[in-house]
This record gives sequence, C-alpha cells and structure tokens, in this order.
Amino acid sequence: MKQFKAFVIKEFYHVLRDKRSLLLLIGLPIVQIFLFGFALSNEVKNATIMIVDQSKDAASLSISEKIRNNDNFHFVGFGYAYKDAHTAFMRGEIQAAVIIPPNFQKSILRRENPTIQIIGDATDPNTATAVINYVTVITMNFQRQALGMTSPVSIDVRNHMLYNPELKGVTNFVPGLMALVLMLIGVLMTSVSIVKEKEMGTMEILLVSPFHPLAAIIAKAVPYLLVSIFNLCMILLISIHVLGMPMEGSYFLLFSMSVLLIITALSMGLFISNQTSSQQVAMLISLMGMLLPTMLFTGFMFPIENMPIPLQIISNFAASKWYYIIVKNIMIKGLGVAYFWKEALVLVGMTIFFIVMSLRRFKMRLA
Amino acid sequence: MNYDIEVDNISKQFVKPDVQALEDINFNVKTGSLFGLIGADGAGKTTLFRILTTLLLADNGSAKVHGRDVVKDFKILRSLIGYMPGRFSLYTDLSVEENLQFFATLHKTTIEAGYHLIKDIYRQIEPFKNRRAGQLSGGMKQKLALSCALIHQPKVLFLDEPTTGVDAVSRKEFWNMLKNIKNQGVTILVSTPYMDEAVLCDEIALIQNGKILSIAPPSTIIAQFPDVLYSVSGSQIGKLLEDVSKFQDIKSCFSFGDTIHVTLNQGDIKGLQKELIQRGHPEVVIDTIVPTIEDCFIRLMQ
Repeated sequence: MKQFKAFVIKEFYHVLRDKRSLLLLIGLPIVQIFLFGFALSNEVKNATIMIVDQSKDAASLSISEKIRNNDNFHFVGFGYAYKDAHTAFMRGEIQAAVIIPPNFQKSILRRENPTIQIIGDATDPNTATAVINYVTVITMNFQRQALGMTSPVSIDVRNHMLYNPELKGVTNFVPGLMALVLMLIGVLMTSVSIVKEKEMGTMEILLVSPFHPLAAIIAKAVPYLLVSIFNLCMILLISIHVLGMPMEGSYFLLFSMSVLLIITALSMGLFISNQTSSQQVAMLISLMGMLLPTMLFTGFMFPIENMPIPLQIISNFAASKWYYIIVKNIMIKGLGVAYFWKEALVLVGMTIFFIVMSLRRFKMRLA
Repeated sequence: MNYDIEVDNISKQFVKPDVQALEDINFNVKTGSLFGLIGADGAGKTTLFRILTTLLLADNGSAKVHGRDVVKDFKILRSLIGYMPGRFSLYTDLSVEENLQFFATLHKTTIEAGYHLIKDIYRQIEPFKNRRAGQLSGGMKQKLALSCALIHQPKVLFLDEPTTGVDAVSRKEFWNMLKNIKNQGVTILVSTPYMDEAVLCDEIALIQNGKILSIAPPSTIIAQFPDVLYSVSGSQIGKLLEDVSKFQDIKSCFSFGDTIHVTLNQGDIKGLQKELIQRGHPEVVIDTIVPTIEDCFIRLMQ
C-alpha cells in the first residue's frame, strides 16, 4: 500500500509538473464547453430577415411592422415573390424569410385560417429555430391583439427548415460534450502516459522490481481520475449556471454515473497502452479509435436513429452513447436509476471487458 | 565455489530483424566478483542482460541468478537484483531525491536502510538533490541511476554499459565505485565496449555476434596470447601499414592508435625491418610489446 501511495504521488508530480499538458487537460474542457455553449446559445441578435408580403393589406403590414421593429431581427427588405427570398438565401443575404400569403386580411375576415410561412436557413439550426420561435410569438401576439382571445380564426404558422431538417438543441450538446471530454482525457491521457514509460525506458526498471507493474499502471490512472472529476465539476458548473442546462435529477446519481464512464475510459486507455509501444501510435489509436466514434456515435451531433443499420449496430460499441442516454435521463428528465440501469450495466460490462483483456494481455516482460 | 550467475546454453533469436542475438552462451560468475562482458555494439550484451534480469525469455537454455531460475522464479528474483539499463531510465521530471525515494519505496525499503551502500556515490550528487534528474550532467545521471539500482541492497547488480557516453575522469571514478560496491559483497555483472575497462574486472567474457570468444581473468587472457607482439611505428602510418601487410611472414597486422601491431608466422622481425627500410621507411622503429586485452580480442575475432 505504501508503494502504491508512492506511485500515485509520483504520477501527480508528472501531471502537475508538465504545465503545458496540465493546462490542456483542464483548460481544454472549459474552452470547449464555452465554445460549444455559446455557439449554441438560443440568443439570436440581428438575424437577417426578409418579408415577402403578397397582400400588402392592413393585417399583413401590421405583422411586418412588428417584425421590423423587433430587436432580434435585422430587416433586409421586402421581397415581391417567393423567388426573391430564395435568391437571397442562395446569396447568403438572409437567415430567414417570412412569407405572407395574398389576401391575408380577407382570409382572416373570412375565417379561412390563413397560413404564414417562415423559412429558416437551418445550416445554422439555432438561429433558424430562434427566428421561427420569435416570428411565431409575434404572430400569436398579433392574433391576440387584433382578433381577440376568443377569435375562432387562427393564423397558422408553418415553418420550413432548409438544409437541415433535424434540429438539435443545447440540451443535447452538454451531455454529449461531457461524454466527449471525459472519454478524451480518460483514454488519451492514460494510454499516452503509460506508453511514455515504455518509450523512456523506465518501464524496464519498473518491471525489474518486486512491485507488480499492473498495480503501477492502475496507480497511473488515479491522477487522471481526479483530473476528470475536476473537469466534470467544471463542466457541470458552467453548463448549469452559465448555459442554463436543466438539472432535474440527482447530483449523486450523475456523479456516480460519470465516474463509471471515467473508469470505462481509463480501462480503455489501459488496454490501448498494453497494445502499443510508442506515444504516437497510442495517440493515434486513441484519437481515431475513441474520439471519432465518440463524436459520431454518441448521438449529440448526428442522430443515431437516422443512420444506416450497420452504423446503428456499430454505435452500440461506443461507451459514450450509453452515458449520453443516462445523462439526458438524469439531467433533463430527472429520472432515477430504474430507467437506465441497462445502459449503466453496458458501461460496467465494457469496463470489465477492457480490464480483463488488459490483464490477460499484460506483459510481465519486455517481449 | 559459489556462483551468483549461472548461464547454461542460452540462445536467443529475434524474428524482426532476423538476428541470432545469442548463441549457446555459457558462463558462471563467482559470488562477490566483478564480471565484465566485453563486446562491441550489437554483440548481444543487452539481450543477455535482459534475459538475466527476467525481462526477456531465452529460446533455449537456462540461467540462474543467485540460485533462482530466471524464468520460474522471476518474481522473487526481481527483488534480489539491481538493474541499470544502458539508456538513462529514470524520471527526468522528478528531482534527484524524489527518484531515489521512489525507487526505495518501490522496493519496500527506505533511503536510510540502503544508504551505506550508496553513500560514496550519492554524496557526490547530494548537493543537487533538489534538481530535476533531466537537468543533471551525464556523469551525475549515471551516479543517480546507480544509486537507484543499489538502494534496495541487491544481491546481484547488472550494469549495462554504464560508462558509455561518460568522460574519462568520471569513468575512472565509476570503476572505483564499482570496486567499493563489490567489496561490500555485491556480485556485479557489467558490460562495456571499452577494452581498457576490461582489466579492472575479476573475470571477463569477450562476446561477439552473440557468441562468447573467451572467458578468463584479464591477466590469463593476456598471458594466453600465443605470439610475440611487435609494435611498428613510423612517420607515414598509412603507407607503412600497406607495406607491412605485403611482408611474406605476416600473421596479423592492424593499426593501433598511432602504431601498427604485428605478429609473425615465422622468421625474424629483423627481416621486416630491413624490408621496410628498403621500401622507403628509414625511420621505422619496431619494439616487442606486451599485448593488451584489445590485442587479444582482435586476435580472437579473426
């Protein structure tokens, strides 16, 4: 036990003295969460907008007026036909267009439930959703003010998302980012730091000592476990208090599930480091084998249910996917363990698998 | 006589690249002696060290260190031996003291318990104990590495080319330290590419291309040199070597520093001198000399 402690202390020296890596280790997740968070902020200012008013009657002008005076929009101009909006989209001059059909007021008076169409450039899904929400609210207000609460007429707002029909919200990104950061640090750092001992030749001396080298490797994971927990706290603080991520469930549950993922990641790092002998290879495998699948198959960037079946099957091997489901259940839905014990079990299974594989493949000698 | 290292027919072949690293190696090292493994780079020294320190498995043969089999008893053995690899293998981002402390704890001991063994060596680097190991000079790094390999008071010490890349003064110092360690009862196996260090060992094995050429105390190896050795010196050493090699009775000739070492099959060395003067080396000087280990090694290699 005393040896184990000495080992952990040594590992802390390694981590704390390599200032550049430490900065990366702790700074990167924070930068990432801020970048992702603000890039995905729902606050949209000065969204360029065009109004194609095909009626030019009192009702349509009233709505146009409200849109033009709204702070969130930067009014580009009126279009005369749908194709004007289309051209403006192609040129990138506008982010949204509002199409008011001909005879708008008449339709209202005739109680025909007229339809306003909102077109959003969903290459930037956040702006598009925000714009559509704003216009919808404006239309609803107009309806309430002009026609009264009890009016049997309702203006139907139809929105149409160009280019990217799947809209993903901020609530999806935080759990995804948590998975990404924890996986990245766990797998990459552990695998690289163990391979470093092989490269530096210190593994040779460690092997020629009565201390079991496997215990040495487990000791190596301890500082990264703590760094990851620190990162987890930072991510949670920022996403809940700065980005407004909801937190409906139990912190304890979230923490224990996150620690479970960290341990899974560490065991993967352990496994990779067993199979490789140079830092570059370890880094490459960690990045290609872990980062990419985590980005692709977690579900926070690309919806898994839209993928072809083979990819859906492959996605089951990404530990982050299961963690992502768990975190969403805890943070957004506030559910208890009864709802995601299967996912947690998958993570436990993966961890056991990697640890057993590492044990079996661990070389007590150099070759 | 007790042996602390017993090597029995050890062979090792590497697949990539296809090299016969060791071929039927046999030797024994007496308990409490300083044994030198002398050979050029790539002779198989490091491979042999790794097999004896339980880091590699031999293809054939067996070896015992301090009476324990290097394969079966590797776990026990690892606490009985000290190993200093050829490459500096300590933690460069840890200070001198932290490195030593770490290796002491790793071996379930303390600096104090093993201090008597490393006292002479560690004293020299103690003024720099708070310096990071990566910022030490070559000689100091090597002293630290030796201290770390000795801190747990091993029975057998393995030093793989400990003086490679170390200046002449430090090398001399280092060998003095080895003598002191030996005097405290530690068996030492040391490898070196430097012939001049061979005479400082109790016994040496000359190794080349994975084969042992000769095993004996250095004085015996020198005494076994069968021929009379001459040193030939002159002003145009290049042409001189060429002309010497043309002489009919030459058994061997090679340049050795600024002279040429020559042995003859038969006949008189006077004949060589006469011929060399004829060939335009009037200043040539020929002396009879006592062979060095290097002469013996070169003879064995041919």
